[in-house]
Amino acid sequence: MSTIASTEAHQGSTAARDWSGPAPKRIVTGYGFWIFILSDIVIFSAFFATYAVLLGQTAGGLTGHDLFDLRNVAIETAFLLASSFTCGLATIAADTRRATWFQLAMAVTCVFGLGFLAIEGKEFASLVARGAGPTRSAFLSAFFTLVGCHGLHVSAGILWLLTMMAQVIAKGFRADILRRILCFALFWHALDIIWIAVFTVVYLLGSAA
Amino acid sequence: MLGKLSWDAIPFDQPIPMIASGVVALAILAILAWVVIRGHLPYLWREWITSVDHKRIGVMYTLLAMVMLLRGFADAIMMRTQQALAFHGQGYLPPDHYDQVFSAHGTIMIFFVAMPFMIGLMNFVVPLQLGVRDVAFPTLNSVGFWLTATGALLVNISLGIGEFARNGWLPYPPLSELTYSPGVGVDYYLWSLEISGVGTLVAGINLVTTVLKIRTKGMNYLRMPMFCWTTLATNLLIVAAFPILTATLAMLLLDRYLGFHFFTNEAGGNVMMFVNLIWAWGHPEVYILVLPAFGIFSEVISTFSGKPLFGYRSMVAATMAICILSFMVWLHHFFTMGAGADVNAIFGIATMIIAVPTGVKVFNWLFTMYGGRVRFQTPLLWSIGFMVTFIIGGMTGVLMAVPPVAFVLHNSLFLVAHFHNVIIGGVLFGAFAGYTYWFPKAFGFKLHEGLGRAAFWCWLIGFYVAFMPLYVLGLLGMTRRMQHYDVPEWRPWLIIAACGATLILCGIVLQIVQLVVSIRQREQLRDETGDPWDGRSLEWATASPPPAFNFAFLPEVSSDDAFWQFKKRAAEQTGSEEKPEYRAIEIPRNSPTGFVCAFFATVMGFALIWHIWWMVAVGAIGAFATFVVFAWRDHDEDIIPAAEVARIDRSNRAQRLLILREEAAE
Repeated sequence: MSTIASTEAHQGSTAARDWSGPAPKRIVTGYGFWIFILSDIVIFSAFFATYAVLLGQTAGGLTGHDLFDLRNVAIETAFLLASSFTCGLATIAADTRRATWFQLAMAVTCVFGLGFLAIEGKEFASLVARGAGPTRSAFLSAFFTLVGCHGLHVSAGILWLLTMMAQVIAKGFRADILRRILCFALFWHALDIIWIAVFTVVYLLGSAA
Repeated sequence: MLGKLSWDAIPFDQPIPMIASGVVALAILAILAWVVIRGHLPYLWREWITSVDHKRIGVMYTLLAMVMLLRGFADAIMMRTQQALAFHGQGYLPPDHYDQVFSAHGTIMIFFVAMPFMIGLMNFVVPLQLGVRDVAFPTLNSVGFWLTATGALLVNISLGIGEFARNGWLPYPPLSELTYSPGVGVDYYLWSLEISGVGTLVAGINLVTTVLKIRTKGMNYLRMPMFCWTTLATNLLIVAAFPILTATLAMLLLDRYLGFHFFTNEAGGNVMMFVNLIWAWGHPEVYILVLPAFGIFSEVISTFSGKPLFGYRSMVAATMAICILSFMVWLHHFFTMGAGADVNAIFGIATMIIAVPTGVKVFNWLFTMYGGRVRFQTPLLWSIGFMVTFIIGGMTGVLMAVPPVAFVLHNSLFLVAHFHNVIIGGVLFGAFAGYTYWFPKAFGFKLHEGLGRAAFWCWLIGFYVAFMPLYVLGLLGMTRRMQHYDVPEWRPWLIIAACGATLILCGIVLQIVQLVVSIRQREQLRDETGDPWDGRSLEWATASPPPAFNFAFLPEVSSDDAFWQFKKRAAEQTGSEEKPEYRAIEIPRNSPTGFVCAFFATVMGFALIWHIWWMVAVGAIGAFATFVVFAWRDHDEDIIPAAEVARIDRSNRAQRLLILREEAAE
């Protein structure tokens, strides 16, 4: 036992290409969260696959071509992309420890996010009003689930965003809170990436069908 | 107020579930009463329930698995006796109940025995093998465990309140849709798996990050013990596959709760989409279960042969090859779907290809034993039993990978025999090998050897007697899940199978006796060295049980078989006493987050099953509030002062030195 070499006692005795020991917390947290995002993307891919399979199964009801309003979706997309930009600004503000700018950027992100949700909610409500709710056909079930799952993620993101704003007020830019801000930003940007896929597969390809 | 829940939900007219749930409830109450009266509650709360220590969480996972094994086995022996009796008659289980029994058996054995057993062992062992102090996310680890426990609890609640699913361990629509299964059974299944699935995903993310980012200095990828490699592969599979399960079950839930049409017969729903998706998760799941077992056998065989693992690099390559190939074969679960000859041929060949890396592994284990000083102790017995049994199971698997053969054997008892052959022979034997092998590390004393051997022989012989007849029955044309039958040729084989199940029961009883006897004789079985098996990897370099911080100094690794190399070097330079300078160690602070969160998840799951919407809201808000409270805390670490570290480590070292000197003197 006594001859077990210890990290503390023998710094630098192994070759440079050897693994240098446990990674710092910030790296570990970010890495773990990336893996979570990958798993989340797998959830979405299951819904995407189902949508692709059920796209033509309209059961005699309205199709994507009849239902989708691409102008509306373009505005939605603009809101979400703008929110990602302001979320990036919030990250920069956090990195430079400017609390006011951070809160401002987060608040704007929140407003854009809520705007996105409002447009989506209106779209859903109008579809239901036209008799094209999720129970009408397999195609609409898949549509509402895929897009709604993204919307639920945005809602959860907004809840998280508000929590982070409160945390920064209460605790300041502590190391653990900065790590959480990093994760939140990863999450929010990932929702953008998924939305790009939703826009392409659901709306563009769906309205062509 | 209480949704669909009323007194009608309790099956007063059915004696078997009433007695069973009554006994279970009494047992739980008795244990609770004992804990409270003896004053163990504060200890349990402080040291176990709120623990974020990976060793404690690993032990709790394993304990959950072993308790659920009893439940799952009770179901199994009920099925075997029912089929032995129900020739030209009804047996003693009505169809309605029999269907719930086989559904619960499969669900419990896969999700609440095999999974937690493996995750528990990985949790306990991997940080020790990597030479570090904890996993990447300790509190999340606790959340993951308690969510798994929530799932297990919900399944067991269904025994006394309501009913369980009647459509097998995978709820194939349209049978599982509301039209054909209007009761709460399928909902119990769905919500318990959604909740425990989140727990499993969390464990997967945690262990992937741990293996990839938290290794001690010098622990390069190709110096990691084999078990760490299989852990990595398994958890990559969890991260990639479990979300598919979550999404698929969510779609079925939407069908059942909100009238969607994913898998219904009407409005364009597509039943085969469910079957494709569920097996896109389900086949990787098979490897999620068996890969850790492969890792355990690698460790055990190398240790008890006194040799490094033969063909380490080929073993790593084979593990990762299986990891990738496991995603490319799912269609072999439904060759009869009608995908056409070309598609079936591709998936048939892909399935056979998996046998290649698996064969590489078997030969590596054999060559590891070849020329070694083999010690035939219980963990190695399980490993040899595994090799023989698993090869038979693998061969019947390759047989069924041939699509025309699959058309003949589809849904027959041949299939049931095959997957029990690989899951019992592979996963369960692996779990028992790991349990015996690492038990002394966890508790500081070995398990009774003689009783362990006896249990092994009962299990091994019992397995063959119970499942070989099922191959014959499959060839005789008996389909699975039959509540009664009229074919006289089947009867003798079913009676033999029931005898086999009884032998396995003896094995389980012997294992319980072994545990009790070992605890009583713990002073004789004590392991003072921390290295009872002459081990080769770093978990044996620390005391048994390891201190909360695992290692006073993170070991620095310069080769594979790290601990073996340390021991060799130590033997060469005897007498050189090192006086290390101890430093304070930060360890993550215990937290009730996991337990409280799982409490709310249980409330929410139960409320969702019974449509008690206000209670759903209470559960959801409670779970969110728990996380906010956790996020608000200011101190997430406890510090063990240097003096305390020094005291613990010195006493451990002194004990070990004393024994080494005694051994040298002999």
